[in-house]
Amino acid sequence: MTATLPARASGSPAASAGVRRGNRRAKHRRTVLLFLAPAVLGFGIFFGYPLIATVYYSLTKYDLINPPEFIGFDNYVRMFTSEQLVGTAAYNTLWLVIVLTVCRVVFSLGIASVISRLKSGVGLVRTLCYLPSLAPPAAATLAFVFLFNPEFGPVNRFLKFVGIDGGLWFNDPAMSKPALTLLALWGSGELMIIILAALLDVPQEQHEAAQIDGAGPIRRFWHVTLPSISPVLLFGVVNSIIYALQFFTQAVVAAAAAAGSADVAGNTKYIGAPQNSTLTYPVWLYVQGFRYFNMGYAAAMAVLLFVVSAGFTWILVRQLRKGQHQEET
Amino acid sequence: MRHERTVSSRPLPPFGRHRSWNRKLSWIATHAIGIALGVIFLLPMLFVLLTALMKSDQAMTSSLWPTEWHFDNFIKVFKDAPLLEYFGNSLLYSGLATVGALLSAIPAAYALSKLRWRGQNVCFMLTVAAMMLPPQVTIVPLYDLWVRLGFTGTLVPLVVPYFFFDAFSIFLLRQFFLTIPKDYIEAAKIDGCTEFGAMVKVLVPMAKPGIAATAMFCFLFTWNDYFGPLLYTGENRDHWPLSLAIAQFRGMHHVEWNLTMAATALIMAPVIVLFVFAQKSFVKGITFTGVKG
Repeated sequence: MTATLPARASGSPAASAGVRRGNRRAKHRRTVLLFLAPAVLGFGIFFGYPLIATVYYSLTKYDLINPPEFIGFDNYVRMFTSEQLVGTAAYNTLWLVIVLTVCRVVFSLGIASVISRLKSGVGLVRTLCYLPSLAPPAAATLAFVFLFNPEFGPVNRFLKFVGIDGGLWFNDPAMSKPALTLLALWGSGELMIIILAALLDVPQEQHEAAQIDGAGPIRRFWHVTLPSISPVLLFGVVNSIIYALQFFTQAVVAAAAAAGSADVAGNTKYIGAPQNSTLTYPVWLYVQGFRYFNMGYAAAMAVLLFVVSAGFTWILVRQLRKGQHQEET
Repeated sequence: MRHERTVSSRPLPPFGRHRSWNRKLSWIATHAIGIALGVIFLLPMLFVLLTALMKSDQAMTSSLWPTEWHFDNFIKVFKDAPLLEYFGNSLLYSGLATVGALLSAIPAAYALSKLRWRGQNVCFMLTVAAMMLPPQVTIVPLYDLWVRLGFTGTLVPLVVPYFFFDAFSIFLLRQFFLTIPKDYIEAAKIDGCTEFGAMVKVLVPMAKPGIAATAMFCFLFTWNDYFGPLLYTGENRDHWPLSLAIAQFRGMHHVEWNLTMAATALIMAPVIVLFVFAQKSFVKGITFTGVKG
């Protein structure tokens, strides 16, 4: 608490104390406002306003040059009925949301539990696994397009050595998303470190108690480890879903690089290559809005993206609030 | 395995000879897996580096080890593309954004963690929501705004928002500030410090590691950012940062994988150097972003 207030007394001193208290409170409020001023301003301009304006734009036809023309729900109707590629894009993103999230969480948990069991060299292994997640996505994608090159890439060379016919990876519509998933797994070191920290926090006594009760490693993992790291796993799931929902850079760069060009900024020829298999929802939003200048339509897509991601964000925020209450009590 | 040692009905903690063999085996197994994992994660970067040093026709074969070492590939990359200029743009974007994010986020995080006021929780939750939502959600009106102000084609739309509001920096700084006992701030205020003075003279020096970590994450995020620059500077090559230029680089050198990989290695290098010097704060910052509070 703040400094103790003067004791309550009757008569005029109380009134002046009340005024002083009121002054102090007003001053405190001013201080808080002053500290928050840039953030509140920034939140309003760069987040609050565009969030609301998106809804308005989604009801218009707008090309940046002519003033927005109100067309009601036409954009939404078009999105759900007549436009083909938005369906493809939504499917690709849904594919990533499911496969990528499951793979990312299971993979990170697996690696973290191996590392948590190491007696020595924890720091080194942790560093090596974490490092790739720092690599710029555009550069990491180029590296993977090279590694997974069907003709001379090291991956297919290794597979041949083991006796497997490597695929076409980024050049095959059926393999491009799995290849992107592998790229995402290579860069999932952040989640791994978060899970590792949670694993190291699991009370050792509980493990020992379970062991004395005769629980094997698998049962101990299931009944002791998993429940105590479940908040972090939930964070991992929500975080991965949001990550998959905004999957953009890797998809754009991989498509262009594998198709032999990277004229990403200039044209849309290679976007989604091969055969729209890497056309994710945010990529199509970008093309519609900023290549075809269908800003209204892009805004309608953004509203849908907002609804879906807000749902998942809400789950996380609720979890966070629960954690906070526990902390306070 | 264990019953030979079980004298009582309750199995004793395993210390028998067999158990110790098992232990050694599992020690070897986990460490072997650990080493293998580390190597697998490292391999892609190693291949990038090795390919970057090859002659261009060797990079098109499936050989893994350079027969001739062409360290001049790195210089060639600089000669072929205005890489230094792109590097400068990246540095400008990341540097200014980081400074801006710290300036705006430190007071906000202070208010969220060290002051008491109504609506505090709501504001924190809004920050988390802003951090989690995909950038594509707000991009149409924002782009429109920057077009009207005439700043598209420059780095301004990328940098300016950081001077006001960066949800991730606020969130991360708050997590760090919470670990610093409030008593120090109370003591400073009793000594006659204003709230602002307490923040600048007491909290900021104490939270230096946290501030450093936040700065690094902000730098890293903007250094790696591709979507923002593509959107705002896409038309104007002069303002491209490295992340955008590197994707384009492959287009100009579609057969020269060695040069593409050299450029790739060059853009990864600053990040790796930064990490090597500040590993601990990275790891600490990352664990703080988990839900643990």
